[in-house]
Amino acid sequence: MAKIPVQFRLNGSDRAAFVDAPETLLNTLRRGLGDFAPKYGCGQGTCGVCTVLVDGEPQLACLTLSVACEGREIETASGMADGPDLHPLQAAFMDHFAAQCGFCTPGMLTAARALLAKNPNPSRDEVVEGISGNICRCTGYEPIIAAILAAASAPGARRA
Amino acid sequence: MARHEGRGMASVNYPIGMNLGGDPSQALIHSNPDGKFTVALSAIDLGQGMKQVSRQIAAETLGVPIEDVYVDTADSDTGPHDMGSFASRGTHRMGNAIIVAAREARGVLLEAAAEELEVNAADLVTDGRGNIHVRGAPSKTITVKATAQAAQFKQGKTIAGRGIFLIPLSAVDADTGEMNPNTAFAHACLVADVTVDDETGEVEVLRMTSAYELGRVINPRMVEQQLVGGAWMGMSHALYETPEPYYPNPEHGPRDFNEYLMPGPGDIAPYHVTVLERPAPDGPFGGKGPGEMCANPVLPAVANAVYNAIGVRVDELPITPEKILRGIKANGGVKPGPRRGGPVNWR
Amino acid sequence: MLEMRKDIFADERDDNLNVIGKGLQRQDMPGHVTGRTRYFDDHAFDGMLHLKVVRSPHAHARIRSIDIAAAQRAPGVKRVLRGADVPVNKNTLLSLINFGKDDEPSLAVDKVSYKGEPVVAIIADSEAAALAARQLVRIDYDLLPNVFDVEEALKPGAPVVNETYPGNYFEYHQRYDHQKLRFGDVEKAFAQADMVLEHRYQMSPIEHAPTETNGSIAAPEQNGRFVVHSCAQGLFFALGTAAKIVDVESNRLHFIGGTVGGGFGGKVDALTEPLAVLGAMLTGKPVRFVLDREEEMLYGSPRGAERIYVKDGLMRDGRIVARSIRSYFDAGAYTRLSSYAAIKCTAHLPGPYWIPNVASDVYVAYTNRCPSTAMRGFGVTAVDFALEVQMDRLAEAANLDPMEFRVLNAYRDGDMKAHRRVAKNTALIECVQVVAEKANWPLSEQAKRQSSLTGGVGERALIPATPLDQRGQIGRPDTRNAPSSQVLPAGTARIPLSKQPVMEGDRDGRAKPTQVPRYESAQPIAALPPYQPAQTSNPPAPAYQPPPAYQPSPPPPAPPPAAPAQTQHGAVRFSSVFGTRRR
Repeated sequence: MAKIPVQFRLNGSDRAAFVDAPETLLNTLRRGLGDFAPKYGCGQGTCGVCTVLVDGEPQLACLTLSVACEGREIETASGMADGPDLHPLQAAFMDHFAAQCGFCTPGMLTAARALLAKNPNPSRDEVVEGISGNICRCTGYEPIIAAILAAASAPGARRA
Repeated sequence: MARHEGRGMASVNYPIGMNLGGDPSQALIHSNPDGKFTVALSAIDLGQGMKQVSRQIAAETLGVPIEDVYVDTADSDTGPHDMGSFASRGTHRMGNAIIVAAREARGVLLEAAAEELEVNAADLVTDGRGNIHVRGAPSKTITVKATAQAAQFKQGKTIAGRGIFLIPLSAVDADTGEMNPNTAFAHACLVADVTVDDETGEVEVLRMTSAYELGRVINPRMVEQQLVGGAWMGMSHALYETPEPYYPNPEHGPRDFNEYLMPGPGDIAPYHVTVLERPAPDGPFGGKGPGEMCANPVLPAVANAVYNAIGVRVDELPITPEKILRGIKANGGVKPGPRRGGPVNWR
Repeated sequence: MLEMRKDIFADERDDNLNVIGKGLQRQDMPGHVTGRTRYFDDHAFDGMLHLKVVRSPHAHARIRSIDIAAAQRAPGVKRVLRGADVPVNKNTLLSLINFGKDDEPSLAVDKVSYKGEPVVAIIADSEAAALAARQLVRIDYDLLPNVFDVEEALKPGAPVVNETYPGNYFEYHQRYDHQKLRFGDVEKAFAQADMVLEHRYQMSPIEHAPTETNGSIAAPEQNGRFVVHSCAQGLFFALGTAAKIVDVESNRLHFIGGTVGGGFGGKVDALTEPLAVLGAMLTGKPVRFVLDREEEMLYGSPRGAERIYVKDGLMRDGRIVARSIRSYFDAGAYTRLSSYAAIKCTAHLPGPYWIPNVASDVYVAYTNRCPSTAMRGFGVTAVDFALEVQMDRLAEAANLDPMEFRVLNAYRDGDMKAHRRVAKNTALIECVQVVAEKANWPLSEQAKRQSSLTGGVGERALIPATPLDQRGQIGRPDTRNAPSSQVLPAGTARIPLSKQPVMEGDRDGRAKPTQVPRYESAQPIAALPPYQPAQTSNPPAPAYQPPPAYQPSPPPPAPPPAAPAQTQHGAVRFSSVFGTRRR
């Protein structure tokens, strides 16, 4: 099968890969480009651990075809921190002990980032809805919700 | 057609570690030439916080700041044998092994400091901030860093320690079940407040209130993580989860997260935990281990609250709307139990 | 919301510590929030191959033939494995501690015993190629009758699920089809009780559902060694299991793990490591074997179902005088860890209460479903559900408040437990008292005054006379309901108190032999009036007696005696994990 070239911006850098037509963005990011922040959890779009931003919209990388990302802006949890400076959501997740095994955390942070970009002052119900596509088996969600609410009211939270 | 409120409780204990022993853990600790310590383990952190628990126990025992200790796990080439992270054994077993290793390393550290200060090692204490000084004479002092440098480059001493903790395997009597099981037990009591909808059969957990006795709490934030996440899992076991909805009939099982039900972030209940600490005589600083037991009291407390609300006993988990409605029908209607207590006294 | 009650048991602790007890940030948290934490699958290898298994579509069937020719010729396929390719194709996890018989193949050879059992493994260039070749494997089966119910499985004539255990039960002590617990005389106590209540409880199976599925990557390293990135909950447990099955020395395997995306017990079984290592050895390439979500959900081994019958003898004043339990662990088709859970369950009975007469029969039964394994609370979660719902029923039958009822029957320091060891370090009563206060659940003044520190004296501290029976003796079906055949006199202990935790090193000096405190009889405590439930008149408040101070490190006593050789358990000794191979 002939490989197809695809180019997009990944966390602010121009990247290119040769992919198979049915290849998912998750596979291209992880196996092709070495960004291991998005995880494989189900491959069916039901758990959210592969959540990435495509042109600012939260997308499930396991259901997104790489060829459909030509020219797009892809952002993952790897690109959230500005060098050593954590994104307010990352800092809030730390402060609230909002991760245990950490496997859902990159997807959870990305879903929260998309939420706050659109709705800088979400209610608790809006936070719940914003992460309702992301499964966490460890925390019971409460510290995650608390962290997102705290980040929303922190200075600098509207940074994309 | 109404929603009925009910309240139930349960109290439990839980054994810490593989229950007949025979489950060793080992730890190795060594220092860089500038007094920074590495703890090498083959313990597993599956989210419960093994790395941080190990780090705090090592720092406390060594008498050095937490920043000066790093836990490296798990690599079978460098981390010595450990049975694994299960049976609530991590903190108890590995914690004890780390204490043994850290005591040995601390012993060399103090000997090296004694040689530099020309005093007796038995007279030295650490201040937990990176200094070693003579007991009662804080001016006669040397840093951990200077001590480690002297040990490495001048004295030729290895500031290192080895530790193992093993409760030897014991037997079970075939006829009486007599045995020497666990040496430490944690305790809990939990109250669940629920409403039951007699039309849809849905159960909503309104709030949970619990008390846990866990021996020494090594890190209260991580205990909170375990207990809050565990209560969620208990609620999930009680009301949602099953891979075989008509067990023992194996059919109609779920294949994915759309079919395997668990409460989402919108289904969680406010939860208040009080923690008591009765140190385990053989636990690390008296620590036990909250990781497994924290789901256990929720299952029966919710079942008992459902009974209190509508008079239906569901003795087969999970407590699904189908079983609730069949129960109400079999009882000839809802039969609420007595009201128990008033509004909760949470701070 | 978490609140610490430092005032309770304060005199048993020294709280003057530097970092213990502080809510310090987790060492792994910065990695988690930046996406830099590396899990087993977050490692890149050039030329990595992918392994997928062909699973049985039937719950129970004899394998007539396996044809892999077409799959071997399929595009991208590097190797196809059958059971004959696995060097040691029969294992049981606890063989690492010499417990139980090898009963489970890595790849089924003669028959399959559950739907989803692996039969053939395909190693290919890509997951897609492996999945496509999976369709080309032809396996002919002859269907066998199956059994899914634990009690049906134990009946004579039931289909044999697991040929290693032809009665469909795990053999305890080479003698019984279950693990017994006998303490006092439950039958006599039932006859004398005011009420007897018996109920059946059924715990559901549960899927662990970690967000990270089971998997591993094995790759040739150097010097004939193989590196294995593993999700195992026990690194050396998985290493030892893989070394045994692949038949290599342990030092040829380099396991890396320790950072796992949730386990809850579902990553103890080394589900993928042995075949990944074998694949890497046979192909000379990195081999990745990861379960997809459907495999994890259906075949990743669940928490086993348990069926529990609880029978209690109750007096009108609320005292439980007898508890008898019959319980069935559904192991599925192979043992894995169920045999251990039944022992742990037995030790847990009768729950955190003092009951003078206790008996239990805990069975591990084989059925034609996916083998179950450990899960959070293994051996205890289900029986706690049964016991605590039963306690709710008993409280109602005695017309007592459920909290008062727990306090009345709670175990205390000094009580003799059913497994014939003295309770220490108990705190159930205090937990009940604190929750009652926080939940605003009224508790009588008397119940509020009770303490775990006192009251475990007199009859409560003694081993009662105990009738023994030969019921369930293997090879003698007529003994399934055999009557009592022996009475152990009161006070009889049959296993010496040999468990002495051994530690090396002392508090502040160089390593020297010492011990942690021994778990044994509590110091005698002055007799106190027994707790009476709330309706009756108030006895005087018990005098408070300070407990012995908590001593983290006692002076070094003589070195402990070597544990005597035991022969009853099957697990006679703990050799180092790799010291003993059972084939």
